[in-house]
Amino acid sequence: MWTWFHKFASPPHAYRLLGTLAPWFGWPALALILLAAWWGLVEAPADYQQGDAFRILYVHAPSAWMSMFTYVVMAVAAAIGLIWRIKLAHAAAAAAAPIGASFTFLALATGSIWGKPMWGTWWVWDARLTSELILLFLYLGYMALRSSFDDPQRADRASAVLAIVGVINVPIIHYSVEWWTTLHQPASVTKFDRPSIDISMLIPLFIMIAGFQFYFGWAICRRLRGEILRRERNATWLKEAS
Amino acid sequence: MRRAATLHAARLVFRRDLTLAWRRWDEVAQPLIFYAVVTTLFPLATTPDLAQLRTISGGVVWVAALLSSLLALESLFRSDVEDGTMEQWVLSGQPVGWLLLAKVAAHWVLTGLPLVVMSPIVGTALGLPFDAWGTLIVSLLLGTATLSILGGIGAALTVGVRRGSVLLSLLVLPLAMPLLIFGSRAVGMAMDGDSPAGPLQLLAAIFFLVLSLGPLAMSAAIRISVES
Repeated sequence: MWTWFHKFASPPHAYRLLGTLAPWFGWPALALILLAAWWGLVEAPADYQQGDAFRILYVHAPSAWMSMFTYVVMAVAAAIGLIWRIKLAHAAAAAAAPIGASFTFLALATGSIWGKPMWGTWWVWDARLTSELILLFLYLGYMALRSSFDDPQRADRASAVLAIVGVINVPIIHYSVEWWTTLHQPASVTKFDRPSIDISMLIPLFIMIAGFQFYFGWAICRRLRGEILRRERNATWLKEAS
Repeated sequence: MRRAATLHAARLVFRRDLTLAWRRWDEVAQPLIFYAVVTTLFPLATTPDLAQLRTISGGVVWVAALLSSLLALESLFRSDVEDGTMEQWVLSGQPVGWLLLAKVAAHWVLTGLPLVVMSPIVGTALGLPFDAWGTLIVSLLLGTATLSILGGIGAALTVGVRRGSVLLSLLVLPLAMPLLIFGSRAVGMAMDGDSPAGPLQLLAAIFFLVLSLGPLAMSAAIRISVES
């Protein structure tokens, strides 16, 4: 098993494998996202309270989900890289961070746009939005730490420690923020407490989440290939291949 | 036997850091002055009215305490890494986590503890009622201690990085946000006459979690910084 593992983790092999894998993620992602967009934006009934404004949910909820999913992926990759000293895992963590930060930003932006018709303001210190904002800070800190080292190995390992510390903290941050808002917020926001969502609205949401997952797979394949190219730019196998 | 040696080594590190700080006490005093200056900014920026200041006093004291203890953290490990002391610690065979924890403890005694002692005075100047003193002190004791360990992890990661202090704040402040939430809430609840036991216990829980896992992260981080 270990020989297989090391073969997989060798840059030339991984580079080729990721190249073949990418379309297997990319095309399903496109198909699923288009299907879910059509279903969610056209087919699904309008919400009886929020009207058509709720439809931003189909972008907001999947991005919020993906922002946390990506952080966990990043931390697991970082831990694998740190424990077994696999450079490819570090490269994967490095490739995942900007994707996660983008998802987080998308979730924040759509949440804010959604807040305008629902709450009447662009920003409310709502528990989910606030912990999403802190998550964005964590991503930015991770990327800032990574970019501040000249030595790529040290950058890999130092940022891996940070990612692991961060992933232990994410639940603490989440629950503390939740507790903080339940104590502070006036009752007017309870209108946001959605009644259990109807199944006809839920199916496109799940398709969209699946589409986002596939998109993430595609994006990480592409970014990881780029990361491998950047790290191996002086390697002989690259010169032979080109 | 080995454990006794480790504790002895940790005690030596602790005493050494206190002695070093004593000889350069003006550097130790700087975060405290910063603390006083920052808390002065808030009445100037908002209002001199004590009744209004009182509503934000707990939060202001907490934010100022977080920022000032971060200020001192940047140089925590730097001189030891630069002059090779840290390398010897890593090579010494003693568990590095214990030595680093002793160092962080010394740092906390020098910056965290004075901040805690100062905070009731600063809080009173902002209209914090006398009843909330106890809660403020307990919450800051737990909070600054936790922050010292969290900051120790950050400082170990950023040793030798250009413009490390900004980066350190960027790394540590998001992780410290739960402390701020629970700490300032505890003070707020005490001011309203409620029992602040809940948030204080949560603060204590976070402190013990960080105390148990923090040294592992610190020693991993310092090994990375020293080895490469």
